[in-house]
Amino acid sequence: MITIPYLTALTTYFSYGLLFAFGQLRDFFRKIFDWWSQSTLQGYAPICLGLEDFYIRRLYLRIQDCFNRPISSPPDAWFDVVERISNDNNKTLKRTTRVKRCLNLGSYNYLGFAAADEYCTPRVIESLKKFSPSTCSTRVDGGTTTLHAELEEWVANFIGKEAAVVFGMGYVTNSAILPVLMGKGSLIISDSLNHNSIVNGARGSGATVRVFQHNTPSHLEKVLKDQIAEGQPRTHRPWKKILVVVEGIYSMEGELCQLPEIVSICKKYKAYIYLDEAHSIGAIGKTGRGVCELLGVDTADVDIMMGTFTKSFGSCGGYIAGSKELIQYLKYTCPAHLYATSISPPAAQQIISSLKVVLGEDGSSRGAQKLAKIRENSNFFRSELQKMGFEVLGDNDSPVMPVMLYNPAKIPAFSRECLKRNVAVVTVAFPATPLLLARARICISAAHTREDLVKALEVLSEVGDMIGIKYFPAEPKKQQLEEGRVKLE
Amino acid sequence: MDTMFSAFETMVKSVSDWVTLAFDRPSARAIVFGVPIKGHLLVEGLLFVVILFLLSQKSYKPPKRPLTKKEVDELCDEWVPEPLIPSITEEMKYEPPVLESAAGPHTVINGKDVVNFTSADYLGLLGHDKLQDSCTKALEKYGVGSCGPRGFYGTIDVHLDCEARIAKFLGTTDSILYSYGLSTMFSTIPAFCKKGDVVVVDEGVHWGIQNGLHLSRSTIIYFKHNDMESLQSILENVTHANKRTKKLRRYIVVEAVYQNSGQIAPLDEIVRLREKYRFRVILDESNSIGVLGSSGRGLTEHCKVPIENVDIVTAAMGHALATEGGFCTGSARVIDHQRLSSSGYVFSASLPPYLASAAITAIDVLEGNPNLITKLKENIATLRKGLLDVQGLEIVSDPESPIVFLTLKKSTGSIKGDLQVLQDIGDYLLKEHSIFVATSKRSTVDKCKLPAGIRLYVSAAHTKTDLEKACESFKKATAVVLADQ
Repeated sequence: MITIPYLTALTTYFSYGLLFAFGQLRDFFRKIFDWWSQSTLQGYAPICLGLEDFYIRRLYLRIQDCFNRPISSPPDAWFDVVERISNDNNKTLKRTTRVKRCLNLGSYNYLGFAAADEYCTPRVIESLKKFSPSTCSTRVDGGTTTLHAELEEWVANFIGKEAAVVFGMGYVTNSAILPVLMGKGSLIISDSLNHNSIVNGARGSGATVRVFQHNTPSHLEKVLKDQIAEGQPRTHRPWKKILVVVEGIYSMEGELCQLPEIVSICKKYKAYIYLDEAHSIGAIGKTGRGVCELLGVDTADVDIMMGTFTKSFGSCGGYIAGSKELIQYLKYTCPAHLYATSISPPAAQQIISSLKVVLGEDGSSRGAQKLAKIRENSNFFRSELQKMGFEVLGDNDSPVMPVMLYNPAKIPAFSRECLKRNVAVVTVAFPATPLLLARARICISAAHTREDLVKALEVLSEVGDMIGIKYFPAEPKKQQLEEGRVKLE
Repeated sequence: MDTMFSAFETMVKSVSDWVTLAFDRPSARAIVFGVPIKGHLLVEGLLFVVILFLLSQKSYKPPKRPLTKKEVDELCDEWVPEPLIPSITEEMKYEPPVLESAAGPHTVINGKDVVNFTSADYLGLLGHDKLQDSCTKALEKYGVGSCGPRGFYGTIDVHLDCEARIAKFLGTTDSILYSYGLSTMFSTIPAFCKKGDVVVVDEGVHWGIQNGLHLSRSTIIYFKHNDMESLQSILENVTHANKRTKKLRRYIVVEAVYQNSGQIAPLDEIVRLREKYRFRVILDESNSIGVLGSSGRGLTEHCKVPIENVDIVTAAMGHALATEGGFCTGSARVIDHQRLSSSGYVFSASLPPYLASAAITAIDVLEGNPNLITKLKENIATLRKGLLDVQGLEIVSDPESPIVFLTLKKSTGSIKGDLQVLQDIGDYLLKEHSIFVATSKRSTVDKCKLPAGIRLYVSAAHTKTDLEKACESFKKATAVVLADQ
């Protein structure tokens, strides 16, 4: 739960109101102007009507240069950000040839496999020569190579489940698995802050979807009880099956899911559980096996475990791990397996090599070093930021750290000032977060050294003072904070 | 008679006299608040009171009793869920053959060299030196993954170069890259088709398009597979039914070469209908980029239609361009809109940079060697000629399509039975004759009702001996397998 001070809430509302009013005024003049000129597509309804893209045209375009920044080097701890200029007040941005070497606090590079790695890259290039960049075929037709079979075995062993199936993209994994498992007459209960891919998959499945309060097992229990007692809407027939969908680490909050309580509730009410470990696999836990290892949950209790390889393993793709029967059924029915091109062989080799490094099977202790480094780095950074007075969300051990900004004017200010000082950060606003709760999200990597982090802290402190986002006093006293604050959920 | 009548008359008179007396009695009269109350007023007053009393009574509703805590607990204990998956049947245990080398025109399965017709590598670019070179360079420079979505430092300069190259090749203003072929269609369609819009779509489209339409919550109307009259009549009905044309967006969604049947859509007809009825056209050119048209620019070049007349063109790059991912191209307005509202673009990691550079190289090779396309066309013609007289199977795909689709002449009656027979033919071909073909498989969530068949993907890298061997083997295989039917 985020508590926002009264004054900040008022000023944020006021800023948005002002932006909205200005936007409406400009729209009004644009309408008059358009009335004079013609449009080329007469008789066709426009692509966006009225207020549908108001936010994009009038608010987002003003700060467009803070997003979609192109880079021209691998997304390692330090990278080159390409500079862009605009001739028409930020409506279009053009690339220049100048680059700026910046510290990377934005990419998902938890274990540092992003750039060319000494163990992985030679093997990847070998597999490229042997299997070429794509199989141009679906898994069931002619797209299964020995690499794919090997990869699925390694993944299943790493996660601790009987079998696994791998797809070429994490987003498609969620969107194509949920419709297969759940149909009409089933119930999906998902966390209120779940990722867009899960929301899409749940919608596409045709099942009824209910939402429970973010990370609150007591509310989940209440929703489960009510739904089982009530049955399907209108007919009151009993539900066919119930699936509870949660994530390991929530990427916008940095929080860990309260998995042991949720698992025990699901067992009590006989609901199935689906765990999406996109950000947590490889990044947390003593050996990198994710949130189950960290919180001490047996993997046999979680029915379906899903994850992606983009974040910790420096590759692309997603996987589903479960019992042998489940995987056989999915391989027979899932559209992502039957219709989509199989994962590119070099990417598969990268995952296998990075798994070997993490497990220590490459003959060195780099894997264990990386895991220890990321935990150390995240805890150090988080505690330092909190000491400075920033409002940082998330639990200990999680490498994702959102720093609250709130005010819409502070979003571009923070981003641009940090870039001037050679630190690249990611700022997130509406619609990825609620309107009032804009934030900057920092992702720590095992490739960051202690000097990098110290430099980042200096820059953040300087910029924070300039902009005024140190909402807590440095070394906060708990009693003084509770009064005069508005609790926001 | 008279006496009876007069007696009756006197009786009535006396009764009425009595009633009037009763009502005019002083006790029936009262003066309330200065108003004299006559007798009839009393009756009316009583009636009024009775009405008020009835109205004030509550209507009878059976009382609502929410479930008690004990009942809720009991229901929860009694409830038994279905198993997560249905029980595994024999056909679910099918494992596809595992390749031991690259999926080119020839590949190695179980140590044996087989001719490969399952890989959609139409121009034979897999294993091409230039592609391997550019991929190796990109891998050494950028590593494998891009570690972030496009909005948060996942935009690498190769992505922007690739988008510009594709737009230049096809002659449009701009294009946008997706990280997976299947997600291209089901992210593009919900970005444009919203609730209440009307979409007219062919019934044979693949699952990606069906899922995108389902997610968009628009009104979906299917027309018969590749039948222009059916399309026209539906467009007529829709235009006449809806007069509020200003706010209603209307779309036609077709594929250039249908994945499920190998037919080619008549684009010039469709564009003519588009102009007449004012519908926007969304075209999926996955299997026609690099194949149709004299320089490989796709169906628009093949049908001599300027690309500005097609509003949105999408394609998966996992076919002729021998890489992975997908793109969408069109006018600047269309592309800019997708950069913020297409979910598969905004919420997903971007394409690995080496695949983007492979795409750029593939387009360069294609532009420099148009003879690849002529070779492909020759191969298709040779194969079709050889397969014409295979007993038991007939070719249903278009003569120009690179997917040669064979269905059973005499169906067994059910999709499952057909699939089993076709699977037997495929297995026999692989085991005895070293020809690797694919049967079309359907997912349980797929709504397409077209018949199942055997799909052969022809490549420009297949040699004449390969194709002749395939035709011979088919004849032998059908003779053996279908003789049992």
